Amino acid sequence: MGQAWKFGDNIDTDQIIPSQYLVLPSIKDMARHTMEPQNPDFATQFKNGDIIVGEVNFGCGSSREQAPLVLKELGVRIIIALDFARIFFRNAINNGILPIEHECAKEISDKDDIVIDLKTGEIVNQTTQKTWYFNKIQGYLADILDAGGLAAYIASRKGKQT
Amino acid sequence: MPNNTSGMTATEYIIARHANRDRVTPGEIVNVSVDLCMSNDATTLLTEKIMKEQMKTQNVWDPSRVVIIVDHQVPADSVDTSRVQQQMAQFVNDQGIDKFHMVDGVCHQVMLENYVYPGALILGADSHTCSYGSIGAVSSGIGSTDLAAIWASGETWLKVPETVRFVLNGQLPEYVSAKDVALHIINLVRANGLTYKAMELAGPGTKSLDVPERFTICNMAVEAGAKCTMVIPDDKVLAYFEHLNRPFKDQSLLDALQKTTGSACQSEIQIDLDTLEPMIACPHYVDNVRPLSDIQGLKIDQAFLGSCTNGRIEDIREGARLLEGKKIAPNMRFLVTPASIRVYKQALAENLIPIFLDAGAILNHPGCSTCWGAHQGILAAGQRMVTTGNRNFKGRAGSPESEIYLASPSVVVASAIKGVLTHPKEVL
Repeated sequence: MGQAWKFGDNIDTDQIIPSQYLVLPSIKDMARHTMEPQNPDFATQFKNGDIIVGEVNFGCGSSREQAPLVLKELGVRIIIALDFARIFFRNAINNGILPIEHECAKEISDKDDIVIDLKTGEIVNQTTQKTWYFNKIQGYLADILDAGGLAAYIASRKGKQT
Repeated sequence: MPNNTSGMTATEYIIARHANRDRVTPGEIVNVSVDLCMSNDATTLLTEKIMKEQMKTQNVWDPSRVVIIVDHQVPADSVDTSRVQQQMAQFVNDQGIDKFHMVDGVCHQVMLENYVYPGALILGADSHTCSYGSIGAVSSGIGSTDLAAIWASGETWLKVPETVRFVLNGQLPEYVSAKDVALHIINLVRANGLTYKAMELAGPGTKSLDVPERFTICNMAVEAGAKCTMVIPDDKVLAYFEHLNRPFKDQSLLDALQKTTGSACQSEIQIDLDTLEPMIACPHYVDNVRPLSDIQGLKIDQAFLGSCTNGRIEDIREGARLLEGKKIAPNMRFLVTPASIRVYKQALAENLIPIFLDAGAILNHPGCSTCWGAHQGILAAGQRMVTTGNRNFKGRAGSPESEIYLASPSVVVASAIKGVLTHPKEVL
């Protein structure tokens, strides 16, 4: 279970990690500035298991993979939005973050308690007592997610081949 | 390689060639070989780390197909930035990569001038990589993990996109530019309207546009979510390659692409260029577009002419035409950044640079400059910038309390002169 961090439409990658921090030496250093223009307390108050909820076009803007990486560093594993920008969607899966495209994003408010069951595809908003189901990602993309990302998936397959 | 285009769009045809397939259809996922890949100082080191540490691969598959360009912070403005560029140079040296540019300009302009060609499949770790559809290449932005996998193997998987064809009719009226067409399209389809899709520009209005103008529209397509763009290459494209001193000779490819004209696509949208007017994308979203006439007179603190969207010689010429013999407004900061050294030298040869300097502008070395927002021309809280760049996200150019307005080169220069958002006809 986790708490929802609700954001609006078109959360771009400059909101997730502003440009000026991309030259910092490590993802850990950058992660302190995650979502800073939207909510300066996000990086210190986000707890493992919390869930980010956006609305339209989450992750639009630049191709910077530092965006999903800083989110992952803080413990983000699932993002729910009405839809995702293409490059961010792919970057998220490549780093083992599950992007769920679902209409329920409209019915989740900031700080709602959310439970997601990845096996059954069930999303429960415990604050409002509403339940939804999402179409689980399958096939190749599911394999990448299960491995924890594309690099881990490639490394694990290399292990199997040799 | 397929010899006929089997009813495919140009985008599908090029993807099929790279998937070694006779045909592909939208929605299917195919494995493709990559002709060229590109990264810059915002994305290269992360890609290196992922390839070496996580994919356990020490060398790129083919150094001649890897392009690396320093453009986001040129010259380096901090110890951290300098370290990034030092490590990039070391990587390039270790890998034997020749296509390395440390000071030559914005990556997409450097790619246009030196490397891209019709029919190519090009992927880059920069979202505006979608620009090269303007000359008939399939190109798209990707993240560092995807690029690392390409560096390791020369291949990647792609979902074949649906094509949305924009049929442009008529001609641009005076004072209206390709940037206004781009903003009009984004306003029409919204910031996610082309997500996963290929944007094809067609019709007589497209033919009337020169290659740099087509590049501007294709460059902005990612602001509507597009995966890639396409303009079927015509005589203007061939003339442009002659002008770049690297003529394109593959006539059979050009013939095949021509045959895809009018192929079945997901949808067609008609746009009448004659009816357009100067447009502005207002804070903080690129699809928050309004006609200039709605908001002219708004006070501006900074103006920027440059970027991969609008930093070519045609844009500099247009700026100089409006500015000649005039001064910018008191307390205005006006930054001008040619998109490349080639553009810079051409502007010098045409004696355009003194026009900007005499007017009170700041001239920067070619690069992403103010459009990137972490480097030159940072905005304080409450300041407003009008820019020829491509993004107006909150805090993109400094304080989250600042505001960015996207516009055409002529609107930016007119506004720099007057100190408020201004229609270019008012300064001529």
